[in-house]
Amino acid sequence: MSGSVGIVMLVHTALHRAEQVARHWRAAGCPVVIHVDKKVPQGTFARFKAALSDDPGVLFSPRRRCEWGTWGIVAATQAAAGLMLDRFDEVRHVYLASGSCLPLRPVPELVDYLAARPQTDFIESATTADVPWTVGGLDEERFTLRFPFSWKRQRRLFDLYVEVQRRIGYKRRIPAGLVPHMGSQWWCLTRQTLSAILEDPRRKTYERYFRRVWIPDESYFQTLARKYSINIESRSLTLSKFDFQGKPHIFYDDHLQLLRRSDCFVARKIWPRADRLYKAFLTDSGGAMKRTEPNPGKIDRIFAKAVERRTRGRPGLYMQSRFPNPGWENGLTATPYSVFQGFTELFEGFEGWLARTTGARVHGHLFAPERVEFAGDQEVINGALSDSAAHRDYEPAAFLTNLIWNTRGERQCFQFGPRDNQKINWTITRDPNAQISVITGAWAVPLFRSNSNFADLRKQAAKLQRIENRQLDILRASRAKARVRIWNMAEFVEAPMEPLQTILGELGSAAPRHLNEAPKMVDLTGFGQFLQNLKNQGMHPYLMGDFPVNHDPVTQTKPARKPYLVR
Amino acid sequence: MGVWQTYRLRLQRQRWQIRAFRKRRDLSPVIDRTGAIRRDDILLFCTQRNERIRLPFFLKYYRDLGVNHFLIVDNHSSDGSVDYLRDQEDVSLWHTAAGYKRARFGVDWLNWLQRKHGHRHWCLTVDPDEFLIYPFCDTRPLRALTDWLDASSIKSFSAMLLDMYPKGRLDAQPYKEGQDPFEIARWFDSGNYTLKKNKRYGNLWIQGGPRSRVFFPGTPAKAPALNKIPLVKWDRKYTYVSSTHMLLPRGLNQTYDEWGGEKASGVLLHAKFLDTFSAKAAEELDRKQHYAASVEYRAYTESLKDDPDLWCKWSEKYINWRQLEILGLMSKGNWA
Repeated sequence: MSGSVGIVMLVHTALHRAEQVARHWRAAGCPVVIHVDKKVPQGTFARFKAALSDDPGVLFSPRRRCEWGTWGIVAATQAAAGLMLDRFDEVRHVYLASGSCLPLRPVPELVDYLAARPQTDFIESATTADVPWTVGGLDEERFTLRFPFSWKRQRRLFDLYVEVQRRIGYKRRIPAGLVPHMGSQWWCLTRQTLSAILEDPRRKTYERYFRRVWIPDESYFQTLARKYSINIESRSLTLSKFDFQGKPHIFYDDHLQLLRRSDCFVARKIWPRADRLYKAFLTDSGGAMKRTEPNPGKIDRIFAKAVERRTRGRPGLYMQSRFPNPGWENGLTATPYSVFQGFTELFEGFEGWLARTTGARVHGHLFAPERVEFAGDQEVINGALSDSAAHRDYEPAAFLTNLIWNTRGERQCFQFGPRDNQKINWTITRDPNAQISVITGAWAVPLFRSNSNFADLRKQAAKLQRIENRQLDILRASRAKARVRIWNMAEFVEAPMEPLQTILGELGSAAPRHLNEAPKMVDLTGFGQFLQNLKNQGMHPYLMGDFPVNHDPVTQTKPARKPYLVR
Repeated sequence: MGVWQTYRLRLQRQRWQIRAFRKRRDLSPVIDRTGAIRRDDILLFCTQRNERIRLPFFLKYYRDLGVNHFLIVDNHSSDGSVDYLRDQEDVSLWHTAAGYKRARFGVDWLNWLQRKHGHRHWCLTVDPDEFLIYPFCDTRPLRALTDWLDASSIKSFSAMLLDMYPKGRLDAQPYKEGQDPFEIARWFDSGNYTLKKNKRYGNLWIQGGPRSRVFFPGTPAKAPALNKIPLVKWDRKYTYVSSTHMLLPRGLNQTYDEWGGEKASGVLLHAKFLDTFSAKAAEELDRKQHYAASVEYRAYTESLKDDPDLWCKWSEKYINWRQLEILGLMSKGNWA
């Protein structure tokens, strides 16, 4: 006879499902005591009761109003559990379940499991210091403040009253002999422990205390079980996953495979219209579970991921339901990328060389005034991002975050310079994903080689220098989070390979440990004189460092020698 | 937000309500089956004009999702759509010959119907060419979503407009009645959208997509708004402000997370770009009943002369909601 496990069911909606589940328990011989919330209309309740009246193994406990987080649920549980112990003598374990719980494994398996552990209480029960899942910042205070107001209906009063008590330093005295514990509301206790709790001579005192504790259904039995139980196994036999607001995740038809592999006795909570689940587990629970290897970890992962998606989101994604305030992006962009300034000016064919060496996608000047210079001269790129400068300049930061998001999985590199749209500077500077390498003053090289009217060149040079100088201020700001490297042109030209090697080393595994091929530097013969001419015209070029008039860099005068690198 | 601003928004909300109340006189019932609406029914609100060819698939799509009743305003159609809709058992139909523009693009009419019939119902407000996609929509009915939103105390659900287009000429494959429009228009832009926050109403303003890319190449600021909040647990105090882009009270527009997380959201697949589009654009330009002096339609007819291909090498082919989720166009949030 398997009447040794009694089921207490707390029901407040979807009564037809509760009826189905109650019959399922009964079919295995388990007595059932049902508590129906007083909020359910009398007529509905009467019909429900009548429908189950043919079965003497189903009893109804007196109805009470159960509001979330209040004492009502505990009182209802006490009454129903009391009735169970009273009327069904053969019951050794009482299992607390809700109307939206669904037994996954065949009931006899549960009965056998409990019969083999006659002295064990299955109740999740931990001290407040050790649990991470409290919502609203109330953990220890649940037990030391008073909570006369409803969190759901009287939120303002609730918050206000908590605040007042905190301010005046009010603290309740916890009754002697009690150590507050909390845990899942859904437990399975032995007759011995449960009756000891219900028949405790100090029950009135404890009740008075717990009536004003917040969410007592997660702490009353959990605390008192610690007092009486011989053998507590601190876990719930009911699979129940909570989201970040502390409300349970709901299971739907498409979770069927997942639940099959869960290896749990009972799951909650089930969407009342999940016909396939009810059909699968209530009509043929043996068949439903047996076909698959248990893999309970998978459920954990899926729901943990859902919570993370809700609270942390996907870094670098800006969309209709994720638009973080500045500073809360949790990653300004999706993946690391590199910005090069002054390299194309100094090296011939730098972009091609970089792409060949690193395997990254190397763009031209993405923020050039005329158009977006995508790699390969494309007009549109991943995500149908267009090369229109107007579109880019409408929201430069969105352009960049879109590009990085659309191409995630592939390293992006692009060129930048003082001719480009400077509005993006602040965004990339505070982005830890950005690797910014700047050779200052290199913008002078194209001017030097352009052979145009010197008066124009002078004006241009002055303008570009001003812009780059302002940019450098931003890059050097204390709030900069990007990996910024700045060389002036003179020092870079002195020893170009070492910085290049460092930059590429950071680009990741794609970059080789040794450079087989070095980019070819442009011919700088006469550059010192060019700078001197600018000086003579009253313009002071200083960002490129010191280039003596007659001392042209030696290495540049001997072209086409293959450079060797010694490490 | 200061008290003064709150007060002004309240005044504005009341103004839209009064306006909706006055505009109720535009509407004359063709067939009113609203008596059949039950307490928990999900309602769909829609205005339409000469969309006869689209209606069968539209109604079927939303019936399959689990919409219980359709409340439709017909803006003086002449293509037999009135007769068709009248015969549908789950449709209540109103007719009006008044100006679409004067009714603020239909918002006043629907605000009135929502106020009268939508109170305490989940209300879906869409055009006949908009099709709602939400997380798990292939395995869970709309009711699963609304139940979950209820349980999470969420009152409004955003679904951004995603313009779908065919590959090649718009008129290459004619749309047939009852056909799934996304068999033809099955491509979309996945990653060229910009977002801005509207400080006043608290909503996001989303632009981009193929319309911005092709029709507004030099003037992205003029491209149409794509943010939409079509699914709302209605209360008679609520009003839509401008199309379904934003609502008052402004708390309903807070469908996005500002602290790094993602809220759940969906997508409205927009089946605008079919062979029917050129005729529609010409007609609408003629009627001058659209937003901002129909600047949008002017841009369309201008570009349509050269018969543009909205499709490009990086267009994405639609597969399912999971694809849209991975691309970051919508999110499951914490629904699992």
